[in-house]
Amino acid sequence: MLLKLEPRGETSRAMVYLTPLLAIFLTLVMGAILFALLGHDPLEAMYAFFIAPISSAYGLGELGVKATPLILCAIGLAIGFRANVWNIGAEGQLTLGAIFGGGLALWFYDSDSIFLLPAMALAGALGGLAWAAIPAFLKLRFNANEILTSLMLTYVATLLLSLLVHGPYRDPDGFNFPESRLFEDSALLPVIVEGTRLHLGAAVALFAVLAAWLILSRSFIGFQIKVIGLTPAAAGYAGFRHSSLVWLTLLTGGALAGLAGLFEVAGPIGQITPVISPGYGFTAIIVAFVGRLHPVGILGAGLLIALSYLGGETVQITMGLPQAVTGVFQGLLLFFLLACDVLIRYRVRWTLGAAKEAKGTAS
Amino acid sequence: MERETASSGGGEQVVPRLELRGIEKSFPGCKANDGVDLKILPGEIHALLGENGAGKSTLVKIIYGILHADAGSIAWEGRETHIAGPSFARNLGIGMVFQHFSLFEALTVAENIALGVDGAHDMRRLEARIEEVSAAYGLPLDPRRHVHSLSVGERQRIEIVRCLLQDPRLLIMDEPTSVLTPQEVETLFGTLRRLSSEGCSILYISHKLDEIKQLCDTATVLRGGKFVGDCVPKDESAKSMARMMIGDDVKEPKALGDSEPGEVVLSVADLYLQSGDPFGTDLKAVTFDVHAGEIFGIAGIAGNGQNELLAALSGEQLVPDSAAVVIAGEAAGRLGPRRRRKLGLSFVPEERHGHGAVPALRLTENAFLSGHLREKLVRWGLIDFPKTAAYAQKICESFDVRTSGIDAEASSLSGGNLQKFIIGREILQSPNLMIAAQPTWGVDAGAAAAIHQALIDLAASGAAVLVVSQELDELFAISDRIAVMSSGHLSAARPTHATSLEEIGLLMGGDGGAAGEPMTHVA
Repeated sequence: MLLKLEPRGETSRAMVYLTPLLAIFLTLVMGAILFALLGHDPLEAMYAFFIAPISSAYGLGELGVKATPLILCAIGLAIGFRANVWNIGAEGQLTLGAIFGGGLALWFYDSDSIFLLPAMALAGALGGLAWAAIPAFLKLRFNANEILTSLMLTYVATLLLSLLVHGPYRDPDGFNFPESRLFEDSALLPVIVEGTRLHLGAAVALFAVLAAWLILSRSFIGFQIKVIGLTPAAAGYAGFRHSSLVWLTLLTGGALAGLAGLFEVAGPIGQITPVISPGYGFTAIIVAFVGRLHPVGILGAGLLIALSYLGGETVQITMGLPQAVTGVFQGLLLFFLLACDVLIRYRVRWTLGAAKEAKGTAS
Repeated sequence: MERETASSGGGEQVVPRLELRGIEKSFPGCKANDGVDLKILPGEIHALLGENGAGKSTLVKIIYGILHADAGSIAWEGRETHIAGPSFARNLGIGMVFQHFSLFEALTVAENIALGVDGAHDMRRLEARIEEVSAAYGLPLDPRRHVHSLSVGERQRIEIVRCLLQDPRLLIMDEPTSVLTPQEVETLFGTLRRLSSEGCSILYISHKLDEIKQLCDTATVLRGGKFVGDCVPKDESAKSMARMMIGDDVKEPKALGDSEPGEVVLSVADLYLQSGDPFGTDLKAVTFDVHAGEIFGIAGIAGNGQNELLAALSGEQLVPDSAAVVIAGEAAGRLGPRRRRKLGLSFVPEERHGHGAVPALRLTENAFLSGHLREKLVRWGLIDFPKTAAYAQKICESFDVRTSGIDAEASSLSGGNLQKFIIGREILQSPNLMIAAQPTWGVDAGAAAAIHQALIDLAASGAAVLVVSQELDELFAISDRIAVMSSGHLSAARPTHATSLEEIGLLMGGDGGAAGEPMTHVA
């Protein structure tokens, strides 16, 4: 008995949508085995990880809070990935969004203008955009690989945030703790579901999903992004400008990540702290791929990965498991997804050896 | 069915060098070989004839062990054999010269050959062997030259010598002459005849019927994966073989009578351009005009600057001197592809998959790719899907593109069908200037005739047409004037009726002086 991979000859559209589900299933199975090996009842642990966190309205709200930055970042990254622009520095762009938008909130800390929040959102987006403009410029001017530059700039951004929070952004009445003032209400995102922390940013993320879907599937710009990603030579033939698309995709991704960063400081955190993200910008890469670089897929994947954050916290509290469980689940998911992707172009066949197969096709 | 092999034949027993019986091979969605028989005798030059998609390449890959047959038997010198892989085939004595060479440009001839030969190498001895073999067979080759400095013909010699070093008993040549000048073809045929006289069998794959008549002893014809029959090319006419090949008479394109040349639509004046590719060819003072209503042919062996010229004309490569390329009266050197399309340019690149079309996208999307501008398929920044679909449908209907529908991915079309789609897409935009590179390369005879007819009709309707091709037959069949590209120079254009294959062939070999004319021209 042999397991044989056979090329399908064309991509299977069904498999494009089925493999993420298969990967989720395999992740669950693997997770159950893992919990069992750690000496816990797998069903109980799986319940604690995947069901308990969202069995209340508050829990669902938390899911939205965690999913918002993931989805915003992942949408921006996916637009770039589709055009073969590999921005992996969303974490840094997110940080800059928090620095710019949050800085505005601190500058006008005593303002109660209704324009403060929109101005902060704009500043946050511009901050992320400016940070993403650096890899774009370096790529087009010096042919520097954006994977490296955007990643390295993430570390610069983290240090910059640290510098500011320990210096100019520090709360003057904060006993020298490296934290900013708490934002006033005018600088905080309104909560949209009473009794939860779900804020306006979630609605913006949902809007971003719809807008990205419209742009990618229906617009001329989306078509150019698709063609340049699939076959750059054909894009050149049609006269789509590579440099414009590099700028466009990187700046869009940066702006969305910046917005996500601002929503964190103006939403659940409510001030600027030395750490504003548990790696949302990096996890968004997984979200983008699990979501098949498709906005609607990203919405689903964002919620799923957000659940893994919540589940990780729950099992940490109720079962005393390490927080690393979250990372393990995210890693498992990406691993299984990449492995399952082979099914898009290949089918699996059980054979009893080559001779029998030959007879089968000859008849 | 495998058992009966030995008893057939009867009287004089010449054991065939290779005998295939009932070969079948399926790929998902198509049966590439369906009961193919092939018998090659020792020392025979045997043609394998068929349209594109007839299953020739599949059959050859099975012989060379790259693919394995689903059913059928292979007998090598009378003994049934399972050819496990290419190195097994080489050990049997089967050599193969591929249509597309796999050579490392930055390495020398000897180094390239060493990479393809099994076993350990003493470079000095190998070089000596190469010189010896290449001299013996009239294939002059310097083992110490770097491949990037060699012409295509010379590169092919490397592949042949590589096979000869292993003393092949069967040499497979896959469309060997598609890249050669007529003179180089003569040399090659000499070598092949010599090999055959020494007892080496040759399986010669081609769709050029006159070559097969000239060279081959017997021919096996395939059509749609099925074995059609064997014939003796010398006793057949090109027409009768073509009929066997496509099961129908090929429609000859009908050129309209000479008409007065119209106004100049494309004018290239003193175009100098440095190639972006380190192994490319720089353009040097290229000058020519294409008039409305004429087909202007540019001949030449691949790699003599055609790609650079095409990129400079399509706008994929901008030209610093804006006035060097004038389209419809406007200096276009520094305009990008979209701006040039607005001036009425349509362009069919040589590469279909991945240049002229995006393989992973649907036909509708590929129709949009170049058609969005002049067919106005964008509204408010969004794609007008109904209009795009109608346009794709029109292309498929007007140009007989055989497909499962306009939502089929471009990669699912055969080369000929996709080419018809691309040509149709460009022609339906009613260009006043059409540039087509290798429009029928690798396309079957029926599709080629349709494409030629479309280009002729387009010119007759008043468009200027520029065809860049390595196929001299094609250029002689459809062009009004022909010029030759060699080492980045373009010869003066000659009216097709006033020149000959020999003259053009000499120019292709870079021998401009011998053709009685310098490589410069009146502007």
